[in-house]
Amino acid sequence: MKIRTCWYAALLAALTSLNLSAQTVTVITSFPKELTAAYKTAFEKTHPSITLEILNKNTVAGMAYLRELPVGQRPEVFWVSAPDAFEILAREKLLDSVVDLKNPKVPEKIGAFPVNDPQGFYLGQALAGYGIMYNTRYLKANKLGTPTEWQDLLAPAWFGHVGITAPSRSGTMHLTVETILQSDGWETGWNTLLRMSGNSAAVTERSFGVPDGVSNGQFGAGPVIDFFGLSAKYSGFPVEFIYPVQTAIVPANIGLISGAKNTAAGKQFIAFTLSQPGQEILLQPKVSRLPVLPYAELTGKVPAQYPDPQALAARSTVTFDNEKSSARYEIVLKLFDQTITFRLKELQAATKAIFEAERKLKGVTAGPKAEMLAQARALAYTPLVDQKQINDPAFLKIFSGNKKDPEVNKAISQFESDWNTRSKERYEQARELATKAAQ
Amino acid sequence: MQRLGGPALAALGILGLLSVFLILPIATVFVSAFSDARGQITLAHFAVFFQQPLMLESFYNSLYVALSASVAAALIAVPLAYLTVRFQFRGALLIQTLGVLPLIMPPFVGAVALQLIFGRSGSVNLILNDWFGVTLPLMEGLNGVIFVEALHYFPFILMNLTVSLRNIDGAMEEAALNLGARGWRLFIRIIFPLAMPGFVAGMALVFVKVFDDLGTPLVLGATNMLAPQAYLRITQVGMDDPMGYVISVMMIVFSIFAMWLSVRVLKGRDYSTLQKGGNALQQRQLSKGESILAYGWIGLIMLLVLSPHLGVLLLSFASVWSFAPLPDGYTLAHYATVFEQSPGMLSNTLLYCGLAAGIDVLLGTSIAYLILRTKLVARHWLDWIASAALAIPGLVLAIGYLRTFRGVLVPGTDVLFTATWFLIMIAYAIRRLPYALRSCMAALQQVHHSLEEAAASMGATRLRTVRRVMIPLMAGGMLAGFVTSFITAAVELSATMMLVTKESQAPMSYGIYLYMQSTSGRGPGAALGVLAIVAVALGTYASHWLVSRHQRLTQIHRPQG
Repeated sequence: MKIRTCWYAALLAALTSLNLSAQTVTVITSFPKELTAAYKTAFEKTHPSITLEILNKNTVAGMAYLRELPVGQRPEVFWVSAPDAFEILAREKLLDSVVDLKNPKVPEKIGAFPVNDPQGFYLGQALAGYGIMYNTRYLKANKLGTPTEWQDLLAPAWFGHVGITAPSRSGTMHLTVETILQSDGWETGWNTLLRMSGNSAAVTERSFGVPDGVSNGQFGAGPVIDFFGLSAKYSGFPVEFIYPVQTAIVPANIGLISGAKNTAAGKQFIAFTLSQPGQEILLQPKVSRLPVLPYAELTGKVPAQYPDPQALAARSTVTFDNEKSSARYEIVLKLFDQTITFRLKELQAATKAIFEAERKLKGVTAGPKAEMLAQARALAYTPLVDQKQINDPAFLKIFSGNKKDPEVNKAISQFESDWNTRSKERYEQARELATKAAQ
Repeated sequence: MQRLGGPALAALGILGLLSVFLILPIATVFVSAFSDARGQITLAHFAVFFQQPLMLESFYNSLYVALSASVAAALIAVPLAYLTVRFQFRGALLIQTLGVLPLIMPPFVGAVALQLIFGRSGSVNLILNDWFGVTLPLMEGLNGVIFVEALHYFPFILMNLTVSLRNIDGAMEEAALNLGARGWRLFIRIIFPLAMPGFVAGMALVFVKVFDDLGTPLVLGATNMLAPQAYLRITQVGMDDPMGYVISVMMIVFSIFAMWLSVRVLKGRDYSTLQKGGNALQQRQLSKGESILAYGWIGLIMLLVLSPHLGVLLLSFASVWSFAPLPDGYTLAHYATVFEQSPGMLSNTLLYCGLAAGIDVLLGTSIAYLILRTKLVARHWLDWIASAALAIPGLVLAIGYLRTFRGVLVPGTDVLFTATWFLIMIAYAIRRLPYALRSCMAALQQVHHSLEEAAASMGATRLRTVRRVMIPLMAGGMLAGFVTSFITAAVELSATMMLVTKESQAPMSYGIYLYMQSTSGRGPGAALGVLAIVAVALGTYASHWLVSRHQRLTQIHRPQG
């Protein structure tokens, strides 16, 4: 009896799923449910004949999914933050031009960065900046000052209070890392990153791990993309979000997938997201993203003290170089993972010992102990790939080879394994030297 | 030959099913691990694996965590199982049901909730720090993984062991008592060894499950383990990265080895009992002191086990919860959001998991029967193949499906096979088949051959014997299999994430994950989690009730004896 009911239910469900109306728009996106749900409700209200289906995948998984589908069976819209993903999809001929869907009221540039793809394969739909999110209760309980710049998170007082994620797990963390590397320079940038990581309690494995950890008070502060911080703040959590001077404001994008079922309806959705009502949704407290439409067009809708992306971009000291970033993409990801993510325990121990030595040697600037400390710092906070190597095209080329080729795989693995082993040794040496210096 | 026709046909059918939905996708993985860019066979990728200290460290860590978690899970489960079966004990059914509760929560949700309770700024540590100025690093590093996994997976041991203990013939105990064995000695020498099939089956399940669990280490940030490494390689470097496949192959091989070992341990011994429904183990009354001890132990464990649920429950009602032992305020808004936005997810979960668990019990019973009761050539291959599913990461199986059925249309329509929920359901059925199979095997192992022979000599056909004698005797084990398959499928995430093609076909586990991607979505995500727990708990309770009612009814109709 029970089994028969099940089969009927299954049959019924199968029939209803076959009886799809022709007017379904499917959107692949990495954005959170609050945002997509708000767009679904608003869009279906103004376009009653179209059903919006959301397919939530992280950027990389979304691309892999798309590649597997034949022409005519693909979803209509691709909607994620990372511009590099769209570049790759356009190269693989998986995107159609969307030039005609532009909203003319959207400015061409944000700072020095173009809002829309010059080739016309994707359009900026919202703006995003990177900064520090912190928990006010945590800071108060641990007597920590309010951070305003990345450097503030490197102080000894912050040891064990920072939460970070790995760029390999989070496109937004990768942009944050690149922002720091491009504004400080390669070696100084890594020094900042290594010290910030040394102060970290954990490297979370989901990009949402940092905002989540800061929201619930596991971490005091951490680098996040703005809407995570702002949406938590406007949902009532005791958190704040600030943009350091070293930040980059870049567009999050939307594009039309080629070979989709309902291209015309898909275009209607893209146009909707760029229209005034579509942009206003971004300002809802639970969404809290920065619109691409200038605030002059949205008067009366923008909450008081809401960040103004154009002003932030003007203040920022970084001009984001997309080409530089994509050329060394793999190396940054792997170097971070091998020397930070997988060696965090040793890096933390070295950092702790260095802080201890600094405290003991306060005011001592010369002599063998000061030298030992300086040596320990150099060992712990110098990247294993130097400035010269990262600018060497031959070195970059190794990492862009076909990984199915055993030779290529072996060469890359050799580097990874070498970085992993050497960083472990160096962190341990640094810890020993600093401990000795503190005696 | 005529007599073997039916079983042989059944074996072929099962083999066909497993070939299409299990062997083919795994073959894709193996081919990828052993081939280079030009499609030539190579071992080079494996050489690379063994040259990387990180990979070896991950391998060692995975082994350590899986072993420790199995032992810790056994420490929790064995006393609970023994107490509920051995003593007259109020609320034994409650403990059984409560003992299932950890399984019905996706591991990553459990880890998130445990962070809220036991984490760095969790309720417990905030209070400890306030009162005594100390904190417990329960959730740090590998220990955190072991803690969460043991709390999450001990029901595997509890369920299997309870069934085994219940099936022990009371006469064995009486004989031992007559010969002077008492107390501890009786337990160690007689009762525990007789319950070995259930215990070993449970331990092996926990080991393998922890060995390839992905969600918990990821949420806790323990990356230096095999499953996270494979996942990171495949999602980050892409489908072309051979290392991900190499790690997958290593995991597959090692998990199969562990399962083989557990079979090996039991081999050559006879655990079957002659009677069923006659005398079970004696149920004793607890003395007052024992009673306090027992309730104390159970209370402590229940508190630990229920803490993730408590965390999720609080989170689902919390308006804001941040750096405080308890939420700032309470609201029902998250439940309203869930009912407004995602009403279909509950029915999807029930549909997919119900079908998958049904298929599993059907296949599990058939395979168990073929292996234990027929002399079919190579019948053990069915067991090995089905059990291999345990070792296949969901992500890899899903990728295999997408590749294998690429471009295949549902007959008579223009709908892609890969775009239907059928594949999600089948992935659940395949991945959960080993659980059902273990339970069915353990149940059948304890039904003595002579009972069937008796039925046959009374003139019952083979089919009738199965239907009237074996299935009623195996009902407990089959139900355990159904429930295990159902609830573990309900919390499966990694394959689901790859195979869901639209939100309207998403089950609850996926919905919880989706919501949990942002701070303002934590509340609705937790609310959905609570609904999932309630739904599955009700289902489990109902099936327990159905079976005990069925057993009572059959007992009434049974002639006195």
